[in-house]
Amino acid sequence: MTYLAKPKFHHPDLPKNTLGYTHRDYEGTVSTLCAGCGHDSITAAIIQACFELSIEPHRVAKISGIGCSSKTPTYFLGNSHGFNSVHGRMPSVLTGANLANRDLIYLGVSGDGDSASIGLGQFAHSLRRGVNMTYIVENNGVYGLTKGQFSATADRGSKSKRGVINTDNSIDLAAMALQLGASFVARSFSGDKQQLVPIIKAAIAHKGASFIDVISPCVAFNNHAGSTKSFDFVREHNEAVNRLDYISSRMPIEIEYDPGTVEIVEQHDGSKIALRKLAADYDLHDRTAAMGFLQHHAAKGQIVTGLLYMETESEDLHAHLHTVESPLNALDEKDLCPGQAALDKFNAALR
Amino acid sequence: MKNTDITAPDYFHKVVDCQWACPAHTPVPEYIRLIAAGRYSDAYMINWRSNVFPGILGRTCDRPCEPACRRVRVEDEPVAICRLKRVAADYKDDITARLPKPAARKNGKRVALVGAGPSSLTVARDLAPLGYSVTVFDGDAKAGGMIRTQIPKFRLPDSVIDEETGYIIGLGVDFRACKRIDSMKALLAEGWDAVFVGSGAPRGRDLDLPGRQEAAANIHIGIDWLSSVSFGHVTKIGKRVIVLGGGNTAMDCCRSARRLGGDEVQVVVRSGFDEMKASPWEKEDAQHEGIPIHNYLVPKAFTHDNGKLTGVTFEKVKAELDAKGRRKLVPAGEPDQHFPCDDVLVAVGQENAFPWIERDAGIDFDEWNMPKVDAVTFASTNPKVFFGGDAAFGPKNIIWAVAHGHEAAVSIDKLLNGEDIADRPMPAVQVMSQKMGIHEWSYDNAIELDKRYKVPHRDTAVALKDIKAEVELGFDPKLALAEAGRCLNCDVQTVFSAPLCIECDACVDICPMDCITFTQNGEEAELRTRLTAPANNLSQDLYVQNGLKTGRVMVKDEDVCLHCGLCAERCPTGAWDMQKFLLDMTYAGTSCRPPARSAA
Repeated sequence: MTYLAKPKFHHPDLPKNTLGYTHRDYEGTVSTLCAGCGHDSITAAIIQACFELSIEPHRVAKISGIGCSSKTPTYFLGNSHGFNSVHGRMPSVLTGANLANRDLIYLGVSGDGDSASIGLGQFAHSLRRGVNMTYIVENNGVYGLTKGQFSATADRGSKSKRGVINTDNSIDLAAMALQLGASFVARSFSGDKQQLVPIIKAAIAHKGASFIDVISPCVAFNNHAGSTKSFDFVREHNEAVNRLDYISSRMPIEIEYDPGTVEIVEQHDGSKIALRKLAADYDLHDRTAAMGFLQHHAAKGQIVTGLLYMETESEDLHAHLHTVESPLNALDEKDLCPGQAALDKFNAALR
Repeated sequence: MKNTDITAPDYFHKVVDCQWACPAHTPVPEYIRLIAAGRYSDAYMINWRSNVFPGILGRTCDRPCEPACRRVRVEDEPVAICRLKRVAADYKDDITARLPKPAARKNGKRVALVGAGPSSLTVARDLAPLGYSVTVFDGDAKAGGMIRTQIPKFRLPDSVIDEETGYIIGLGVDFRACKRIDSMKALLAEGWDAVFVGSGAPRGRDLDLPGRQEAAANIHIGIDWLSSVSFGHVTKIGKRVIVLGGGNTAMDCCRSARRLGGDEVQVVVRSGFDEMKASPWEKEDAQHEGIPIHNYLVPKAFTHDNGKLTGVTFEKVKAELDAKGRRKLVPAGEPDQHFPCDDVLVAVGQENAFPWIERDAGIDFDEWNMPKVDAVTFASTNPKVFFGGDAAFGPKNIIWAVAHGHEAAVSIDKLLNGEDIADRPMPAVQVMSQKMGIHEWSYDNAIELDKRYKVPHRDTAVALKDIKAEVELGFDPKLALAEAGRCLNCDVQTVFSAPLCIECDACVDICPMDCITFTQNGEEAELRTRLTAPANNLSQDLYVQNGLKTGRVMVKDEDVCLHCGLCAERCPTGAWDMQKFLLDMTYAGTSCRPPARSAA
């Protein structure tokens, strides 16, 4: 936590994106989270991803619930739309906003308490419906705001800061997302921006429900020996299935890859993901295999990270509902009140 | 890259760009903080210890610190370091009680100093309190040397010179006024234990052009004319004056002429405007007083009417790069220009002159007729004779003279203690944490975005009427506080401890200047290309620390660090700390003694 605002001065040689912005232009106000919080690194990764994608800030809506994680949208994209909603209700607010204006990029930011406890139902249904969004859970395994009780994602057998052993089974949100039909599922670590930033970029480019579970150590209550969400534990047990490079549709593929080691996946918007496989026989497109892989490694105490599953021909809720192409705020009176003839035709169709 | 050794005195010293650039290595941020706190006397004493003439330098220094100021790299304009120094001198209380006392017991060694300019007085200041019998000889009636004779009073009032030279003479220094030394051999014959020559570069260069002899009555050598003005021997000049030369002396000449009846004063310079030797602010001040500066004009002849000067003829030149890429002035091929005038002031440089040093006095001279002087010890080839200031290596400026004086004093002190003068002990360094509590530092770490404040000037019409009316009025305490707030406190260092680091990236994320990177180690040139922000300023070091759990290294580019301390505020484990670096220069006395043998 810092009382000082971040000085306006920036490095004279900062790179600029195609809009002429530096990454500093994607910042929000200074974070009030604890010093060293993993969430701040995720904030920095979101800033970096949006900067690199040259996203116009006014095209983003960032929506969150309640908790340490849900405070973070204040700390990034200070010129974007934001809605800090009720505890656990980020998904329904996001779904509503998305239905009203499908042209915006939706970033749903939540935590393990917000999504795995009070908002578990909301979490499930938004993914099940395929809302076009990037749903990020900043997962630290504890209730930080209430001083470090185990959350629903804390691993069974892990130890609290005061030495209490967790006896409840944990919820694996990535595994649930796979089961619930999310069309883009990834897991990453706040301490590894090289992995996290391209995942966020690919998720934003993905059409459909993208879910990213980001392990984010709580330095105040969950970064001790015996924790399974500490910096040390995650670094030691990180089982990355792949590393990826995100290649936007505007960029040529410049990197030379050894054939066989890299899979190029094209997304609906023309962008590509170059995946460098680390686990030899891991298949990115096999949902059931991914679920098995996760559970198998979780049983061994390993944390599987990387892009876990992706559907290339995904659809979103708007496609399912056959909604109108333009945002509702762009409909004029003629579209909204098409007249007696149109009403008669519609009524006739129901007779 | 290897781990950075922060115990080397130079490492953090280089980060304090202003202090590193200052020949006397004055701890600039330290005294600026004291000024901000209203502790003007304390700020003055820090300066006095380091540069001896804070009030004088606060008005006249060439300010090598300011172009070096980090603020230039992150914003545009440096902190007004020089004028803040003046604030300390202007608003201090009576500090006489804080000066060293004249030595209670003399050590029996006698040192003669030739000339009472800044370098000699520095030697006197350093040696007299140690018990040396110090005698200063000067041809003038009052101490100060070029400070008194060549700097116009509208830039530096006599009262300031009297005060600060008085502090030194008051240390029990024997000042022999109006006693010019005419023979080095005679001086050496008097049996001094050491002799220091600080006689400056007293000869103004002349221009041997057609008409020079005939029109001599109205052609004056700049520095001689300035000292005549200073002593009141010259009180007026013709209406139309041409000043030849582009250095600070030329600026002093034209502004003085403007005050002595010169209504149309013009400066004519061989080089382009940007290449002129004068400091930018001195050129600005001259232009502000309605003095045009003409460039790329080389004087060809003085025109006269039967011995009465009528003007100067110039050839127009232009700058071209020769085959080796050096700038050369070549004729522009335009017709010559004639500037009519009543008087000419020649300020085209000054030279050393040692007619009083016999060439068989045991002091070797080089091919340019300059004494052979050691650049570190300031010793000549006569082991008892030392040189400093302009007398040592030609014309520089006051702050260099002070730095020379300190070093020469160390040499003399070591020589007369029977020590090897080439053995120069390193400066002492203190590094101290500035953490007072959570989010609480003993320095103001908020970064002010204010632009550089201008020093208030006396109204030009009023200033031009009186050659003794000081033009610059100095910052008042309120302006001084605002300007002091611009200082980035570069002496409060970011110190990293790898064993404490958990690699959470908090410092990387918060750093406003993208200075910090955690990455795989590599060779410096390659490492510089893959940092969070490119490290293109090769004159600034990379701070590298290994020993992290992931096997990476922490790399911090010192270049544009604001020293805001956010890395340390954000660090959950205290791996980053803000620690104040204080340099204790080696002066004559205990700090230059070799380490004592231990008792055991």
